[in-house]
Amino acid sequence: MTETIWITGIGLVSSLGEGTEVHQAALGGAAPVVDADTFAPYPVHPLPALDLDRQIPKKGDQRQMEPWQRLGTYAAGLAIDHAGARDLVRDMHLIVAAGGGERDVALDEAVCAEIARLPPEEGAKLLNERLASGLRPTLFLAQLSNLLAGNISIVHGVTGSSRTFMGEESAAADAVRIAAARLGEGRGGIALVGGAYVAGRWDMLLLYSASGQLRRGDWVPLAQRQDAGGGLVTGTAAAFLVLETESHAKARGARGIARLTAVRSAAARRRGADTAEAAATRLAAGLPLAPGYAVVSGATGAAVPTAAEAAFLAGLRDSGPVQGKVVQSADLIGHPVEAAFPADIALGALAVAGGAAPQALVTGFGVWRGEALALVEAP
Amino acid sequence: MKTRDHLGRHVVAVTGIGLVTPLGIGVAESWAGLLAGRSGISRITRFPTDHLRTTIAGQVDLPEEAGGSSLTSPARVERMGALAGAEAIAAAGLGTDGHFPGPLFMGMPPVEVEWPQRLDLARRGNGAGSGKYPEMIAAATGRVDLFEGALFGGVGERLADRFGTQGAPISLTTACATGASSIQLGIEAIQRGESTAALCIGAEGSVQPEALIRFSLLSALSTRNEDPAKASRPFEKTREGFVMSEGAAALVLESLESAEARGAKVLGLLLGAGERADSFHRTRSNPDGAAIIGAMRAAIADAGLEPGDIDYVNGHGTGTPENDKMETLGMRAVFGESPPPISSNKSMIGHTLSAAGAIEAVFSLLTIRDGMLPPTINHETPDPAVGLDVVPNVARAAKVSRVLSNSFGFGGQNVCLVIGAAP
Repeated sequence: MTETIWITGIGLVSSLGEGTEVHQAALGGAAPVVDADTFAPYPVHPLPALDLDRQIPKKGDQRQMEPWQRLGTYAAGLAIDHAGARDLVRDMHLIVAAGGGERDVALDEAVCAEIARLPPEEGAKLLNERLASGLRPTLFLAQLSNLLAGNISIVHGVTGSSRTFMGEESAAADAVRIAAARLGEGRGGIALVGGAYVAGRWDMLLLYSASGQLRRGDWVPLAQRQDAGGGLVTGTAAAFLVLETESHAKARGARGIARLTAVRSAAARRRGADTAEAAATRLAAGLPLAPGYAVVSGATGAAVPTAAEAAFLAGLRDSGPVQGKVVQSADLIGHPVEAAFPADIALGALAVAGGAAPQALVTGFGVWRGEALALVEAP
Repeated sequence: MKTRDHLGRHVVAVTGIGLVTPLGIGVAESWAGLLAGRSGISRITRFPTDHLRTTIAGQVDLPEEAGGSSLTSPARVERMGALAGAEAIAAAGLGTDGHFPGPLFMGMPPVEVEWPQRLDLARRGNGAGSGKYPEMIAAATGRVDLFEGALFGGVGERLADRFGTQGAPISLTTACATGASSIQLGIEAIQRGESTAALCIGAEGSVQPEALIRFSLLSALSTRNEDPAKASRPFEKTREGFVMSEGAAALVLESLESAEARGAKVLGLLLGAGERADSFHRTRSNPDGAAIIGAMRAAIADAGLEPGDIDYVNGHGTGTPENDKMETLGMRAVFGESPPPISSNKSMIGHTLSAAGAIEAVFSLLTIRDGMLPPTINHETPDPAVGLDVVPNVARAAKVSRVLSNSFGFGGQNVCLVIGAAP
């Protein structure tokens, strides 16, 4: 990067609540909000109550979305407000890390109940009939991944550019990395980047249960899950960051919450010597870490990458400056997949802004793939 | 040779291309079909079409499907992406087998657990057939194949592994502009010196019942089922929707400096890229066309050119009444009273959605190489509201040095590329 990049706005929503204050307070320790019943045996960190009208004023827009898009659009608006950048949206660049939107679970279940019993050929014909009459046209748009970005453009007027990355945790890391790199080389002065995840969804629990890593039963902290072979507790969260070149921010009199010094990503194959730990160690080479740096750990709870992350941090302690406090974000807000890395950068920025540490190193170790690091420090 | 552009950035060359379209597997076959004005649209045979309003599509028959079992969308996207990627890398002669010296940008549709899998889980999950999610989830637990198959990052990771690309693979979607966005990301990575090469792929494989029905419910699809080859009619008066299709394209991008240093054959240059998001509506452009016009102008300006420097436009041209009207508006606004010829590949191969921008970029390079404008077929009744030279029905020889390739997506994501001849 040639230009210094500042974080000038944070839009953060999690099961703990919304906004920077509640999350800054949580850095000092907070009891997580867990819903262990609705999706039992899988505990999730639920969606907090939101006054959607504050960020998505038109009911018509709200109706065109399902919870995932609403949550992301809401948090994006919080970030824009936090940055005081409402009048800059026309030329604001946007990169969203997206999953898929909600399926119509009731329709899926009704169709499965009816068709699973039928011979395949007969079932295929009936599937057409049931879907053609049962699928709501608006749901298609609510399901489309790039329509979170589309809704952010429509609701908030962000139109500089619009890109949607897919690929779980690492999509978000690369979204932040590329948004910052583009600003750094002079492609625009301000960008909005982030993601959202709704944990309380049967369709996503189906996907993650297939990994074999979903935690069943009571919620326990991450440290206590490793002995039992790991365990993932997904968390509802959305995190958007307004990134801005220092010169752009200063020119409009905006304050920097923190400076985004580095964002780096990798994808170890996680076989043989190509481990997540080794990949992250290479990413960390040359990072200007200062004594007492805090760590916002993006360990997910999935066994292999969580162990790799712990080993990576231990290696960093052995070879680098004195490490400060380590915050396990999954213990606070759960694992919000595409929202995880931006949320953890937001937490790191808040730690630095609150004076808790000179710097915060943010780690991301995807459940399946993807390693990422970010360094934030006082502007 | 100038290896920096008007903004001091690395000039980006294309040194390898690969294609999979309903007209054939491979660049040669697809391009020959396109110049011959052949339609790749056919009646859907992959699944029963009872109760569907649209029963036609562009379909790629993969060798492994000869036995009658069809792949899921992510597997199809991966397979076609692998075919196109391998062709492009072989053509470029870059790197070694399993080691490509640059990142992967993978434009593709969102993927998920699909109906055959869901029904299979329902059958396993409950004898009583209640079909409830908790039981399906119990049946899915630990099915790592299902997990890795339906993850958004799965296809990109497997292709990155196969080709040995560098760094984290980036998968992306900007709806119908996806393929162009993947190229744009590659251009940017090279321009800013992050890499000297990039592998950009756009792939689509969504011809399956639910995806077809969803587009159908938006009234976006042609229902001209009786004569599939005639259904896709971009810019024509009787057009009434697009035809879903599938395929893949891959481009090996390299800095011109690096390509020349290794003596590679340069197929063309990516001179510029422009984008503009629309904030008007989820499926329609702002009636003033500002985002479309903005994207076209931004691409031309990014290339350091004037509109008059563009010889031909590879249109988005979906064949929906709305798109073609808005694209016409954009053509008039950008080029004034004498716009260059514009034609739509989609008249022949249908709308390959996430792959379209990449496939059309490859066709644009071939247009320049061979001096041949591919036609817009099915042009029977001109639309007086269009009035553009759409290269009706028959390919035409023309000297082309610079092409503007348009891609406009649902959700207001618009990307245009300017593609130029090799120096």
